[in-house]
Order: sequence, then C-alpha cells, then structure tokens
Amino acid sequence: MNFTNILKIAYNALRRNKMRSALTMLGIVIGVGSIIAMAGVGAGAQQEIDNQTAAFGTNMITIRAGGVTAGGIRIRSNAQLEASDGELIIKQCDLVIAQTPAIRTVTNVVVAERSWGSQVFGVNTSFSTIRNWGLLHGSMFTDQDYRSGNKVCVLGHTVADNLFGGQDPTGGIIRIQNIPFRIAGVLEPKGQLASGQDQDDLIIIPYTTYQKRMMGNKDLDYIYVSIRTGQDMPEAIKQIREILREAHRIPPWGDDDFTIRTQEQVNEIAKSISRTVSVLMFIVASISLVVGGIGIMNIMLVSVTERTREIGIRMAIGATERHILLQFLVEAIVLSLMGGVAGLILGVITGQLVEWLTTWAVSITPMSVIISMGFAASVGIFFGFYPARKAASLNPIEALRYE
Amino acid sequence: MIPMPAAGTLDYLSQPSLISARSLRKTYRMGDVDVQALRGVSLDIKEGEFVAIMGASGSGKSTFMNILGCLDAPTSGEYLLDGVPVAHMSRDEKARIRSRKIGFVFQGFNLLSRTSAVENVELPLLYQGVPARERRERALEALKAVGLDKRFDHKPNELSGGQQQRVAIARALAASPSMILADEPTGNLDSRTSIEIMAIFQKLNAEGITVILITHESDIARYAKRNVVFRDGRIIKDFMVEERLNPESEMHRLLATSIVDNA
Repeated sequence: MNFTNILKIAYNALRRNKMRSALTMLGIVIGVGSIIAMAGVGAGAQQEIDNQTAAFGTNMITIRAGGVTAGGIRIRSNAQLEASDGELIIKQCDLVIAQTPAIRTVTNVVVAERSWGSQVFGVNTSFSTIRNWGLLHGSMFTDQDYRSGNKVCVLGHTVADNLFGGQDPTGGIIRIQNIPFRIAGVLEPKGQLASGQDQDDLIIIPYTTYQKRMMGNKDLDYIYVSIRTGQDMPEAIKQIREILREAHRIPPWGDDDFTIRTQEQVNEIAKSISRTVSVLMFIVASISLVVGGIGIMNIMLVSVTERTREIGIRMAIGATERHILLQFLVEAIVLSLMGGVAGLILGVITGQLVEWLTTWAVSITPMSVIISMGFAASVGIFFGFYPARKAASLNPIEALRYE
Repeated sequence: MIPMPAAGTLDYLSQPSLISARSLRKTYRMGDVDVQALRGVSLDIKEGEFVAIMGASGSGKSTFMNILGCLDAPTSGEYLLDGVPVAHMSRDEKARIRSRKIGFVFQGFNLLSRTSAVENVELPLLYQGVPARERRERALEALKAVGLDKRFDHKPNELSGGQQQRVAIARALAASPSMILADEPTGNLDSRTSIEIMAIFQKLNAEGITVILITHESDIARYAKRNVVFRDGRIIKDFMVEERLNPESEMHRLLATSIVDNA
C-alpha cells in the first residue's frame, strides 16, 4: 500500500464531511494565517526602519543635552549644549565633516487667513547635507542669511501643503510668532517615522535668527554631526565624547552631561521593540495553532468512533495496525496542511491589506512559509497520533460488530 | 474429565489439511462469570471442501469462525492453517494471514459505503501492495466471477442486497485466498437471492475454492458438501451431505410456488 493510496483514502474521508473538515481546519487556518501575516508585517516594519536609517541621514550622530546613567536613567540636570560645542567638535575632530546646532519650538505659523501648528527648527546650512534632505522647490537659506540672522525659512512638505495647497510658495512670506519670514524653499517629503511621527511637519530657520527672534527656551536641543565614513563612527564617538567632556569640564569620575547616539542605535531600539511585538504575536498565533490541533484531535476521535465498523472491515480483509494508524494519521496531517494552505492564503491577503493601509512593504518570506507549514504538519502529527493509535488498536471482532 | 476429541472425524487423513484445529478452547470472562464458548474443538478441513458449520446462537460457531478467520485467538489449543500455526501469532502477522489466505463474507455485507464496487473489491489487494493496474484487473475479474462486472462503478447504496453480497464475495475472491469464510451470508437476503448466492458458492467450490459457511439454517447448509454441527461449545455432528441441494432446481421450485401463490 503506497502513500498515494493512503492520501486518496484520507482525501475521500475528508471530502465526505466537507463542512466538518472546514470547521476543524479553522483553528489551523487562523494560526498559520496570523503567523504568515505577522512575520510579513514584522519583516516589513524592520525593512521600513532600515530605510528610515538611510533616509534620516547617513553616518549621522545626534548629541543631546543630558546624560544617561549606567542604569539607563536620564539625567536632566542643568546640562546644556551650546552652538560653540558643535564648532569645537568640527574644529578638533577630523572625522567630522559637518555639524549643525538644532533647537526647536512648537508654534503657530500663519499665512493670510490660514494657520498651521508646526515645529520650528533653528539650524545652520549644513542641516540638509547632514540629514541627507534635498529640496523640492527653491533653495536652502544661505551662509549669508545665517551670518546676518535673516528672517528666512525653509518649509517642510506637510507645512507647505497645508498652507499653500501644493503650490510652490518660494518667495512668499509667512508669519512665525507674528514675525514675517521669507520662504526660501520647500524640503522634499520624507514620510512618516515608524512611530507615526510626520517628519515633514517642520520649518527650518537659521539658528542665528532663532536666537535673536524666537521666544522660548534658548538651549540647544541637539547637535547633529556628520562623519566621513561608517567605519569611523566608533572612533568619532570616542573623540567627540572627549572633546565635550573637556569643554564641559567634567572630572574623570563624573558622568557625561550629554548623550551621543548614532541613528543606527536609535533604530536598533525601534527594531528591538518591533521584534518583541513580533515574538509576542508569534506566541499568540502558536496558541491558536495548538487550539486548532486540539480541535483536530477531537474531530479525529469522533471520526474513529463513527468509523469503527469501517476499521473492523479493513482489518478483517487484511489491514495491519500500521495501515490503520497511517490512514488516520495522514487524514489528520492532510487536514492540518489544508488548513495551513488556507492560512497561507489568508496570511498573504492580510499582509496585502496591511501593506495597503500602512504603505509598509509587507514581505512574505519563504522562511515564514516553510516554518508555518512545518508547524501545521507537526500539529497534525502530534494531535493526530492519539486518535490514529486508538483506531489501530481496535479489536477487529468488536469493531465489526459495532453498530 | 474432559473427553479427548477425536482427531478428524472423517477419514481422508492422507491428504494434508488446509485447516487443522486441535482441542480449541475459548473462555470469555463476562463480569464474574467465565463463559466457555469453545470446550475443546478439533476439526480438519481439506482443500476444496465445502463445509457448513451449523448451530444455534450461543453454540460457539461464531467464536470458532473468528478463530478460523484469525480474528481471535483461542484460550488454548492449536490451529494450523496451511500447516502454519497461527493461533498465537501477533496482530500484524494475523492481519497478513487474513489478507493472503482468508476471504471474508459477512451477513451484513460490510462493504465500504460511498466507495464503488470495484474499489471495494480492490481493498484486500491494496493492503497486499498490489500495483494499481493489476489491482483493477484482478478486481474486475473477481466481479466477473460473481456476474457483476457490468456494475463495477456502482456504489453499495445503488445495489440490491444480493448484488452487494456478490460484491462482498468478489472482494473475498480478489486476493485468491486459500478459503472463503462466509458468516451467515444469506441471513439478510430473501429466498430467491439466497439461492443465487448459494449457486455462486457452489460454482466457486466446483472451481476448487474451499468454502466454509457458517449458518443456522439447515436448508442453506444442504448446499454444502459437509455439515458440522455445534452445540454448547462442542461438535456434536460431522457428516457428509447425502442429497446436496441444486440451486437450479431450488429456483424452479421457488418460482413454481410463487406462481401458485399468485394464482
């Protein structure tokens, strides 16, 4: 008796109870479907974070005021970053090719009768290089603007869209905190961060102008620094740290009053959160598979009882225990694999839906397909074995007499 | 205390026996009571015989048949099938013996429902591992032997009782067994169909197949060549049938009576 025959018997048996077979599969369908979709969305999210790392600015280091203790607690203290810190860094560290101070405030901007709440960044002209951020319209403000503290600004795409409805606003005037600013250009759209934050909802102005004109906190929020190559990153971080510790007069035993982060580190955190969520979802999906497996076992037990007489007949005409065992085991495996295939389709559809809703590239990897199918088959074997064993160990005489 | 059973009441010991049962005993435990279904049964059946095993219910004939069919093991005693001691074989060894040497025909037909006639007949060959084409050929041949080759693709529920039983006989034949073991094969059939079925058994026996028939109807037993009668777990009679019934003349008589009845 070869495998094709056993498969045929199993398929015919399942076809006889279409509705029951379909309902029995449901647990596996949901389990496999959620594993496939979850793995796809998870991989998509990781990919998205990687893309953002590149988009955010290559070889970029962010320095923030305030340190982090060994235990990870932020020290707010009175630590400050100053524009001179940035200038010191580029002067003393050869690995640094550009730096910009960054200070920001949330405020209202007004154009004619339209108004929009956004954040205003005070930076220097290196900002667009460091953040790898090109211009859609117009140009960046100039070094001359920077030196003179002119009232010039560059709009993020979202701001331009909301205030000017898609028209090129270059040369126009907007009011920030009631001060008129000339619009030098509009930045390229960058889209949302994984956190949902809109990167394009900002206005940049010269740092010098910010210092002179804007109300609010005057301390720097960040210094962005660009390093020549990726390999220099660890050395650059080390040197920047030394420079800042010296500038801030921190004794050798003192904690840093600033924090240096590479964009990769920031994204590593985002990635690890996304991985944790993936693992949790995987566990939930696995529970669904196990519940589905129990459903299969339950139905197989019912099926064995219902078909006691058939088992008796098969045994009387020469089926060995192994034949009967295989027949029911294969039936359970076919059931769970069919559920697995249906789950695969469901998972792919769900993935497409997520892709459509979030614009993430949801990727269904061959690995996740193999893993989930393997999982489904193991569930079939594991939960099908007991009922199959029960069928195979029936006494042929009693089975034949069973009504 | 227990009388030693005579070995083979019939006197053709020169030929080797197909079935050789020696002092078979079977005791069931039902609650606190031991029920002795067989109390020392010895019987020899040669190849080519047509034996009817008779007895009332509870006489032990079904237990005996289960042991002959390798479905059950005796509590004690020896059973040789084709010279092979099978009484205390493992379940799988017994399954293999059943598949190769024994063709079962049951009272309730016991066909697989929703499975075509030819697929039912193929089943024992399937378990023997016969390749698909040969399986189909041999199954069709067996169906031809019982006159059902035209309806090979019918499902059991599309066939009459007599036809279903003929499919069952074809299934028993398909694996070319050493013997056909028929347990009340006419029990669920009307007189006319019973005659047809017995005609098939006589024809198969005439072709050299050993047939063992379990029945409680003495007129069915008269189609066989030899009758063995059980009572209370023992063989009480073992004789050759003097005037075997001929299915053709029985059919004539049956038709004649029904014409009289209808007149």
